[in-house]
Amino acid sequence: MSAGPRTPFENKFVEWIDSRLPLFTMMQKEYGVFPTPKNFNYFWNFGAIAMVMLVTMLLTGIMLAMNYTANSGMAFDSVERIMRDVNYGWLLRYMHMNGASFFFIAVYIHMFRGMYYGSYKAPRELLWMFGVLIFLLMMATAFMGYVLPWGQMSYWGATVITNFFTAFPWIGEPIQQWLIGGFSVDNPTLNRFFALHYLLPFVIVAVVALHVWALHVTGSNNPAGIEPKSKDDTLPFHPYYTMKDSFGVTVFLVLYAIYVFFMPNALGHPDNYTLANPMVTPPHIVPEWYFLPFYAILRAVTIDIGIPFTEITLITAKLGGVLLMFGSIIVMFFLPWLDSHPVRSAKYRPKFRVALLLFVVAVLVLGKVGGMPADVPLFHITEDMIFTTTHVAQIGTAYYFIFFLVILPILSRTEKALPMPSSIHEAVLGKSAH
Amino acid sequence: MKKTLLTAVSVLVLSSPLAITAQASEGGGHPLPDVDLTFKGPFGTYDKASLQRGLLVYRQVCANCHSLKRVAFRNLSALGYNEDQIKAISSEYTVQDGPNDDGEMFDREGRPSDRFPSPFANDKAAMAANGGALPPDLSLITKARSGGADYVFGVLTGYAKAPADVTILDGQFYNTHMTGNVIKMPPPLSAGAVDYEDGSPKSVEQYAKDVSTFLAWAAEPEMEQRKQMGFKVIIFLLAFAGLMYGVKRQIWSKVH
Repeated sequence: MSAGPRTPFENKFVEWIDSRLPLFTMMQKEYGVFPTPKNFNYFWNFGAIAMVMLVTMLLTGIMLAMNYTANSGMAFDSVERIMRDVNYGWLLRYMHMNGASFFFIAVYIHMFRGMYYGSYKAPRELLWMFGVLIFLLMMATAFMGYVLPWGQMSYWGATVITNFFTAFPWIGEPIQQWLIGGFSVDNPTLNRFFALHYLLPFVIVAVVALHVWALHVTGSNNPAGIEPKSKDDTLPFHPYYTMKDSFGVTVFLVLYAIYVFFMPNALGHPDNYTLANPMVTPPHIVPEWYFLPFYAILRAVTIDIGIPFTEITLITAKLGGVLLMFGSIIVMFFLPWLDSHPVRSAKYRPKFRVALLLFVVAVLVLGKVGGMPADVPLFHITEDMIFTTTHVAQIGTAYYFIFFLVILPILSRTEKALPMPSSIHEAVLGKSAH
Repeated sequence: MKKTLLTAVSVLVLSSPLAITAQASEGGGHPLPDVDLTFKGPFGTYDKASLQRGLLVYRQVCANCHSLKRVAFRNLSALGYNEDQIKAISSEYTVQDGPNDDGEMFDREGRPSDRFPSPFANDKAAMAANGGALPPDLSLITKARSGGADYVFGVLTGYAKAPADVTILDGQFYNTHMTGNVIKMPPPLSAGAVDYEDGSPKSVEQYAKDVSTFLAWAAEPEMEQRKQMGFKVIIFLLAFAGLMYGVKRQIWSKVH
């Protein structure tokens, strides 16, 4: 965005624009010749994939909004009208519904890649933090979007989630009433959620712009986790990575299309095809799959925390769960400082690698129990001690936080890294020699 | 080794939503039958003869209590009926319209643009007539229950004698596939109750199969178009991915 030295373009029209606003120079610099490490693996496709999904969600979402009615008496019918009577309305809606899931899949893999290869470490801390902020905004947007069809899960999901706020003493209830616009989830809730569901994606676009801007200041990390040192280490972004991204994006779109066209409701819940009914609570309220690990953390806290030997409760189990759930996202903002080991890539940190893969397993297990009712007996330890889903959630939650707050700081000080190649070029040659 | 590990993790991550959604169905504790229905699977299409028989079963049996308010008569063209046949079907119904110029509501003959009239004026009336239970609207029933058409078939054929440990009150029936195994709907189908003209067996199983097919269509009328478009999209994407892979390989072949 700086008005640095500019090479004139041959095309007169392009030059006319560029001399007044150097858009073409910027594109050339940031996406044409932009020096990019040459050793990326396919995990580096997921930034571009997430971007494609964001655009897909915006376009389908805007067109759905043209046909949707945000009124508790009409929302469900308007969605069914989209499905049955709007030309290709079913396509728009299924793309949007499944698009949310595939956006989260892309972003989860993108985040895993960032963690595995230490992309959050200096000088990319701010880049990582913008990423966590995007994730947080996505969660808010997805949650409010799920309320809009006004089905049973929409209604009861909204009721359960906004109920979290009542866990905070004194201020909790007023905050909850202010958020939902009344004493229970109703038309005012639906209206404001629709307004925010339309607004937040554009906030996401703005934070994505900052995320990409920060990326283009520091340059990309790479699987070796060492900075490019010479021209041998990098390639221009175009055509090398534009083509590799095009391939990766297309493969991802095949998986997405399989869901959209052949199993469009596999990731949703059947209850959401029943109109919201405040008088009938579904037997088992579950959020969308991408929230399940956090839902499991929320439900993992089952005891009140108080001052020992007194009757005074400091933190109720409900508040404890809410704090842990918010904490599980907040802690990610501090990742660059919790892991201060000088070596970035897990390739050269065997202990960190094991701890991180166990973390992935913990999150998947949390997701699994998050989708099951609490306190489901799994097996007997002794005659009367029964191991339940809640115990699994507690172990998973414990590891989640121990990973961030104990293992990472300890490994930062103690782990001895494996010998590393001196440059990216050498890392690439070393691999082809084997 | 590292690569295998990474691949294993990414496969896990990619497949986790599948694993999570594969939850146990909340039915009556009996496994749902895997009914042989023509529209299952990626290549499946609706059997038009079965759809027409299913419509007959719906109109003669289910429609006494269950509405189908999201389906219009004009939609029946998907069942293979022509315009005149649809007009004939819709004209058998009476629809309330109005108000007219005098401000009065009036009854008139149904038109193809009308939706199926509901058997009861409102939910309260439906509950009053059905011992307090609300017969659900059937327009979305196969999407609103896990198991879909198999569930509908399962409930329709799942009436049985209650085991000794289950208490069944007056006006209730034991059903192997209903949540909680108790249902207020009396067994709706009996052999020979609906007269098929095409020689199909007039059995409970056949009725259940046909009406499940019809209700699956009512819930997902776009299914055939969706699958057809899906094949075109996926074939295009695969070809494009192949092309991109070739281009990428050629460009990268000079890099060491």
